[in-house]
Amino acid sequence: MREAMPGLVTYPIVRERPFDPPDELRPLRAEAPICRMAYPDGHEGWLVTGYAAVRAVLADPRFSTRPELLHSPIPQRMAQFKMLPVPPGFFLRMDPPAHTRYRRLLTGQFTVRRMRQLEPRIEEITNGRLDAMERAGGPIDLVQSFSLPIPSLVICELLGVPYDDRVRFQRDSAVMLNLESTPDQVMSAMTDLLTYLRDLVRRKRVEPADDLLSGLVSGGELTEEEITGMALLLLIAGHETTANMLALGTFALLRNPAQLAAVRDDPAVVEDAVEELLRYLTIIHIGPVRTALEDVELDGHLIRAGESVTLSLPAANRDPERFADAEDLDVTRSAHGHLTFGHGIHQCLGQQLARTEMRVAYPALLRRFPGLRLAVPAEEVPMRSNMSIYGVHRLPVTW
Amino acid sequence: MKIHADTGRCVGAGMCALSVPEVFDQSEDDGTVVLLDPEPPGSREAAVRRAVQLCPSGALSISET
Repeated sequence: MREAMPGLVTYPIVRERPFDPPDELRPLRAEAPICRMAYPDGHEGWLVTGYAAVRAVLADPRFSTRPELLHSPIPQRMAQFKMLPVPPGFFLRMDPPAHTRYRRLLTGQFTVRRMRQLEPRIEEITNGRLDAMERAGGPIDLVQSFSLPIPSLVICELLGVPYDDRVRFQRDSAVMLNLESTPDQVMSAMTDLLTYLRDLVRRKRVEPADDLLSGLVSGGELTEEEITGMALLLLIAGHETTANMLALGTFALLRNPAQLAAVRDDPAVVEDAVEELLRYLTIIHIGPVRTALEDVELDGHLIRAGESVTLSLPAANRDPERFADAEDLDVTRSAHGHLTFGHGIHQCLGQQLARTEMRVAYPALLRRFPGLRLAVPAEEVPMRSNMSIYGVHRLPVTW
Repeated sequence: MKIHADTGRCVGAGMCALSVPEVFDQSEDDGTVVLLDPEPPGSREAAVRRAVQLCPSGALSISET
């Protein structure tokens, strides 16, 4: 890694306290919400920490998400961008019109109404996990017993991926999301997962079922490789994100007993509580990163074509100009407009699924175990600063 | 107020249907916005303005009538 250029900020990753963004971001947001940043490959780009500017960049089609144009704030990621081709169908890393075409084929499956219809099944899955926890007795690791299985089971059913294969896909996706993985490790994990999913997609052609991947196969608009790439994106995005929100959100509530009681006892609070936990915790703590396709003036700064812009969602979601008492967790506030699901054309496709899972799972857990508490001192909970999706590695709890 | 929806720009995120289900729905087919009530009553005005502001793709706009 090259020495940082003198006078330029570098990207802070470590969160000093489990629920707050890195401390360095706060003065930056106050004094220089759009500032130059030294990237590990020597590129001189930008870091944006203010809410309004982050939102503006995400909505602006003059900024691209294509990896071959990007400079990453994370050294290991930089090498990956250069080495790994974007799999066909992996539309998160594509601009329009390719992005539009792929996303359109899926949006009908993730509507607000579809997710409401899925709610009883999510309740059933959640209760199944709670029953198992009750039978096992505490202390247990909430990540392995509750927060990871629920979204994994749900996305497996939705896509038509056998849950029994979870050891393989959870291992591969953990390697891909680990910021310390070498490019070779990421390449090997991605190849393994793509091989697995390609076989699965082929089986769907022979034995179609009532699931999303079978639907894409029989729809006939996409090649096998494109469906495989889409499956990769949906499988990873579908379980790692909600899993971390459920565990980290529970941890945050356990440290704020009055707010925990509100979520447990007042069904009218749950909807706002989910949005507030999304805002306050902002588990997407690396990027997103965009690159200017042409010169863009952003709030008095000239961003030149080819320059990369790293957007700090955790900083933007704590911007006091957008959210009053932004540093406080308040499950009764209306946190609408938070940027945790992003903004612009790439805003999370599965956000309504994630909301439904969280609205079901948090209160169900807290009601089943009113005495839920940490089984270790809070400072011993291992935090995921080294992963591109923040959260806890384990959350030992008892009741 | 009159709401305009550009289904060509819509990315089907569902923020409008989530916020004001009485006014906005999503197509079963591709999830894009369906206007249930393009000229909603004044009582819904604030909620509709908020939904338009939340729209990630800029597919919604309002003209005053």
